[in-house]
Amino acid sequence: MSSTATPLDQTPVARHHFENLEQQKDASTIGMWVFLITEIMFFGGLFMAYFAYRQAYPAAFASASNKTNLLIGAFNTTVLICSSLTMALAVRAAATGKKNLIVLFLILTLLLGGAFLGVKAYEYHDKWVHHEVPGAHFECEGCQDAGHTPLFFALYFGMTGLHASHMIIGFFILVYLIRQAGKGAYTPKWFTPVEMFGLYWHFVDIVWIFLFPLLYLIDRSGAAK
Amino acid sequence: MITTAPPAVETKKNYLTEKEGLMSWLLTSDHKRIAILYLIAVVAFFFIGGLFAVLIRLELATPAGDLVDSNTYNKFFTMHGIIMVFFFLIPSIPAILGNFVLPMMIGAKDLAFPKINLLSWYIYMVGGVFTLYVLLSGGVDTGWTFYTPFSSSYSNGYVIAAGLGIFINGFSAILTGLNFIVTVHRMRAPGLTWFRLPLFVWAHYATSMIQVLGTPVIAVTLFLLVLERGLHIGFFDPAYGGDPVLFQHMFWFYSHPAVYIMILPSMGVVTEIITTFCSKKPFGYTFIAFSSVAIAVFGFLVWGHHLFVSSQSVYAGMVFSVLSYIVAIPSAIKVFNWTATMYKGSVRLETPMLYAIGFIGLFTVGGLTGLFLASLGMNVHLTDTYFVIAHFHYVMVGGAIMGFMGGIHYWWPKMFGVMYSQVWSKVAAIIIFMGFNLTFFPQFLLGYMGMPRRYHVYPAEFQVLNVLSSAGASILGVGYMVAFVYLVWSLKFGEKAGPNPWGATTLEWQTSSPPISENFEVTPVVTQEAYTYTSEEVVHVV
Repeated sequence: MSSTATPLDQTPVARHHFENLEQQKDASTIGMWVFLITEIMFFGGLFMAYFAYRQAYPAAFASASNKTNLLIGAFNTTVLICSSLTMALAVRAAATGKKNLIVLFLILTLLLGGAFLGVKAYEYHDKWVHHEVPGAHFECEGCQDAGHTPLFFALYFGMTGLHASHMIIGFFILVYLIRQAGKGAYTPKWFTPVEMFGLYWHFVDIVWIFLFPLLYLIDRSGAAK
Repeated sequence: MITTAPPAVETKKNYLTEKEGLMSWLLTSDHKRIAILYLIAVVAFFFIGGLFAVLIRLELATPAGDLVDSNTYNKFFTMHGIIMVFFFLIPSIPAILGNFVLPMMIGAKDLAFPKINLLSWYIYMVGGVFTLYVLLSGGVDTGWTFYTPFSSSYSNGYVIAAGLGIFINGFSAILTGLNFIVTVHRMRAPGLTWFRLPLFVWAHYATSMIQVLGTPVIAVTLFLLVLERGLHIGFFDPAYGGDPVLFQHMFWFYSHPAVYIMILPSMGVVTEIITTFCSKKPFGYTFIAFSSVAIAVFGFLVWGHHLFVSSQSVYAGMVFSVLSYIVAIPSAIKVFNWTATMYKGSVRLETPMLYAIGFIGLFTVGGLTGLFLASLGMNVHLTDTYFVIAHFHYVMVGGAIMGFMGGIHYWWPKMFGVMYSQVWSKVAAIIIFMGFNLTFFPQFLLGYMGMPRRYHVYPAEFQVLNVLSSAGASILGVGYMVAFVYLVWSLKFGEKAGPNPWGATTLEWQTSSPPISENFEVTPVVTQEAYTYTSEEVVHVV
């Protein structure tokens, strides 16, 4: 039993309760997909709330969503899509056994993710300065149906906040993966952690791909100045 | 010290004796040891939750509020609900019996992710610590349902800590469910096809689906509640522009399926017990298997029946009502299959079987009264009365806990290699059955007559039935205590049990009791269906 205490990622030998590496990899893959399904349900609650309220209070949502900064949102979307690309390249590098490239692409992913979060923090700060954070000092200049506009911003912060927290968790895992990759832990025979993290990272990106139009784009044209 | 030669050395050490010391338990990745860790923690929470039930029934013994004031009473039933639902019922069978038995039933050495399994226990404990903190610092008074805007804007209790405790605990259920799903998909022994799986495994597979799909929704709902209460980033309180009914929808989207998280594993246990103690193949294997899946699927479509008296539209109410009736079909299929299995079986009334039979009766009452509540008109009269309380206690206590007790008695010899007292265990089973009915049957009558739930005072004409109920609760409590005592007693003084004391056919009985750490000396190869009793083959030949 004690020999099995060796971390999964340092040796390409299946752990004691698996028949072989293939079964172990299969199990990890299914497990990761099931985990992503739970994540869909997790975000799904917020999306559900968004749709219910958008349906109920269209005017409030349309005017409030014009307060978001389209340029920054589009920039961040681009940054995040690029980080997905570098992540995919990191998985590719792992599959082809190019150790230095894995490290390079993981670092790039980390940097792009960091840029996204930095920009996001700037956006949050901007909202704070303009009193667009729900609470006692909330105000939304020129918004229609003012009673319901805080809902839009509550959802904005709830959804982007939950998304950002997933990226922060991803950061810690990325740092770990970079260290391990530097030690040469991942070989074409066994690079499951990189691949699984890739799935996670792409999932987080896809959530943003939905958030961006919902929070920034819908009903923009009608009220565009 | 006298040095003595060790007694006859066992050929191979079992999972309990292989390693010693506290750390070998706290850092174990053996699913059987993790199951024992869960057993200890979950039973502790059961007694804490039970303590609040005692206090509630004590207060309700008289019409006046003479034991506690209404605020304290609110905290009593809230803590009772939170602890029993989230820290006892939901983890009870999956995390204890499922954890212990499921890998063995499919001939695996362990669950697919042993370390995640241990992690889920720690997550459960962290959630539990939050709940104990709430308990010790003054409690929470919202009811286990946390309805907004009371919970987010008005309650004086520790809503945030309680919400976080449940939020954290949710991840433990998610990880257990995830582990089971992957294990059933990828870890089955050679030859063990899906339709050779024991029905306990099917029930747990269906349960895991609900845990994986439902629990994240309650997590995000409580996350929003905490944001609203803590940071005033409002989603549900009309003062922030929100709609409290959305909270109810999101809450019940999880919390109704959660009822099936509690009952499905119990149904799996009962199926195993009945087939074993009738020495007979379960009648309609595929029907029982798919009815579990059907319950899991339909269970997700009925949450609106908790909102019949909210602002939910009447048309939505009609749809939810019909769907709620439909859930009764797979549930009834199971009941009919169990009774058909017993028909002309050689029924042995051992203790687990007593619980299983009790389960069928009580679950049937609980299920049928659920139909009363699913009908729109009746529901308006019965909503928020003791009828509802009685209904769901028949399902959760009469169903889920009877299944849990049956399962514990059934697999106890496998888990610890010892047998408990046959006499005392039967006595306890009967006491529990009687006490349960005396506690909760009067509540149907009270509810029908209009006694509302969640009040600590009531009109004097309800006293007789309330006294009966309180008396029943004390009998029920005695039953659980007796069971607790002889089970613990048996650990030290019980007779040794053989590998297969009940003559069961599933794989977990084909290895030693208690099992070795790897479960089986050699990975079993399965060549036949789960329930192949030799006596039946003989009949077949004749």
